[in-house]
Amino acid sequence: MNEKVDVLIIGSGASGAAVAWSLADTKMRILCLEQGDWVKPTDYPSNGRDWEARLFSDFAINPNRRARETDYPINDANSPIKVVNFNGVGGSTIMYTAHYPRLHPSDFKVKTLDGVADDWPIDYETLEPFFAENDRMTGVSGLAGDPAYPAKQPPMPPIPLGKSGQRFGTAMNQLGWHWWPSDTSIATVDYEGRGRCLNLGHCTPGCAQGAKASTDITYWPMALRAGVELRTRARVREITVDNNGMATGVIYYDAEGKEQFQAAEMVIIACNGVGTPRLMLNSQSGKFPNGVANSSGLVGKNLMFHPYAFTYGYVDEPLDGNHGPPLCLWSHEFYETDKARDFVRGYIFQFGRGMGSIVEAISSTAAGRLPWGEDHHKVYRSLLNHRIYLAGICEDLPEEHNRVTLDPVLKDSDGIPAPKIDYTVGENSRKMLDHAHTRAEEILKQAGAHTVFREHVPNSGWHLLGTARMGTDPERSVVNEWGRCHDVKNLFIVDGSIWVTSGGVNPTSTIQALALYIADAIKQRLANATLFE
Amino acid sequence: MQTTLTETEARDLRALVGQMIPASATYKVPGADDDLIFADILKGLERDTDDARTALKQLATLSGGPFADLPADRRAEVAASFKTEGGAPLFALNRVVLLCYYRDDRVMHSLGQEPRSPFPKGHVVEQGDWSLLDPVKKRAPIYRKVP
Repeated sequence: MNEKVDVLIIGSGASGAAVAWSLADTKMRILCLEQGDWVKPTDYPSNGRDWEARLFSDFAINPNRRARETDYPINDANSPIKVVNFNGVGGSTIMYTAHYPRLHPSDFKVKTLDGVADDWPIDYETLEPFFAENDRMTGVSGLAGDPAYPAKQPPMPPIPLGKSGQRFGTAMNQLGWHWWPSDTSIATVDYEGRGRCLNLGHCTPGCAQGAKASTDITYWPMALRAGVELRTRARVREITVDNNGMATGVIYYDAEGKEQFQAAEMVIIACNGVGTPRLMLNSQSGKFPNGVANSSGLVGKNLMFHPYAFTYGYVDEPLDGNHGPPLCLWSHEFYETDKARDFVRGYIFQFGRGMGSIVEAISSTAAGRLPWGEDHHKVYRSLLNHRIYLAGICEDLPEEHNRVTLDPVLKDSDGIPAPKIDYTVGENSRKMLDHAHTRAEEILKQAGAHTVFREHVPNSGWHLLGTARMGTDPERSVVNEWGRCHDVKNLFIVDGSIWVTSGGVNPTSTIQALALYIADAIKQRLANATLFE
Repeated sequence: MQTTLTETEARDLRALVGQMIPASATYKVPGADDDLIFADILKGLERDTDDARTALKQLATLSGGPFADLPADRRAEVAASFKTEGGAPLFALNRVVLLCYYRDDRVMHSLGQEPRSPFPKGHVVEQGDWSLLDPVKKRAPIYRKVP
């Protein structure tokens, strides 16, 4: 029998780690259940000669391809965008590219400003101190003074421009368009026990140097030292509730596959935009026959990705290839709504350096550029290290038909029903994608690309948002303005599923700032004994 | 489920990969049918073995028998058809070929790359000319003010 804890957190990724660390100073007994394992730095692909090959096996970005014991399958057949994630201590911060922009102030007020979707019940100013705290904890590199944002001060200098960055910067200046070195969660100098970036060039599937911030090396060491318990190989099946509609704990499967019950005074879900609705929909009871805290019927609905306008070209001069962090610059030139366009809202561009030798060969073969036979070698040499690319991260407006449900057949290795994704790219997003592709082609040509290509990248569902949205109206939202479920007063959600709209930036920075904000709200209400009122 | 290729399948695969990436005296590289590289390909099939076997079955159908037994000119014709008709199974197979070929020491040397893991040595990336940012620094804020 597991002893009851005060706080039970489900998931140890971006938001779970942040909320665990923040709540640790309450001296409550805090337990985090994580379905995956710790990943050792020596496990990461960049330690070996097969570093690129492992992107297609045990470090594949898509969980269906990766298929580790600790992964759960996802039926994404009815979605042109496939889910990307990682299950382990650190969650998907293990498997991301460390591009770390914040949402803009306008992102929280889209209904007011543009008459679409809904406003958030909080704003940028509310989150600002938590952005700053998270930047310190995570270790963010960047450059102050970006005209695309209110003032902020990244604690480390930016990653190098390199040949590719200079080429893009020059082109953007010629076009008169905004660009700036990206905020990245990569240590460019030694930082809080982490070594500085060595330009391994293979950031996405984990950093052997530890320069990339994943929460297993940022928040977790501090949370554990402060007394938080982290239990791995603990896959939660459901959240249990009592007759009063209060959460009593969770049922989970341990490393041996044995069913366990863990009682808790309060439960915090941190499984992100697919894992969270899956868990809630699997938590059915007499009180909540359609899934816990789902009286609104919105759990799983309004799934938002960021449609990804990937565009690339080839130049004559050899550039950086895959050396250095892949994403080095951003542009917010097309971020805010412009009434002259045929869509509302906007997107950032993230600028990339190039590809590794194997990925170049595979993608060029798939695109029909790289022939078989005698010409293979000559053509390949004209491609390798000559690629530059950029991608528009397009804001995806919430639409209820885009959703996560439970698959009637597919189950994980513990027999828990798997999630099913139904998703289509909306009309506004399609127009935005086209705009982004067109602008990207102009940029690439200005940067000297002699040939340019647009590409749909199926495995681009990194950003999983909106499936348990935040709001003040219990009929139109799942959690309130400080992350507590309307229906269950001791159940909280802190991950990307509570986002009201998606913005047009990579979400990790804002997800973590939100988690810190909710932890702060919990602490304030604990102090005045109003937490469960 | 069979987890390794039959002898016939392996022979056809070797003949096919020699068509995909032949040896080149110009670039001083072996072909993908080289002993070491092909052994790596066979080992590297792993989770793609089913797709590889499906692709090879289709190749044999197109060949009217073992692909490896065809004369050279006919092999080239069949390979060209297979490339357009092979679909997802061929894509998976081709990916394994490329994964193994482009990590061979001889191939990497020919490309001017060091045959090593990225860690711990890493790479050098030039800082670049930060004065390029000067015009951007002069811009007024471009983010939208909210009421």
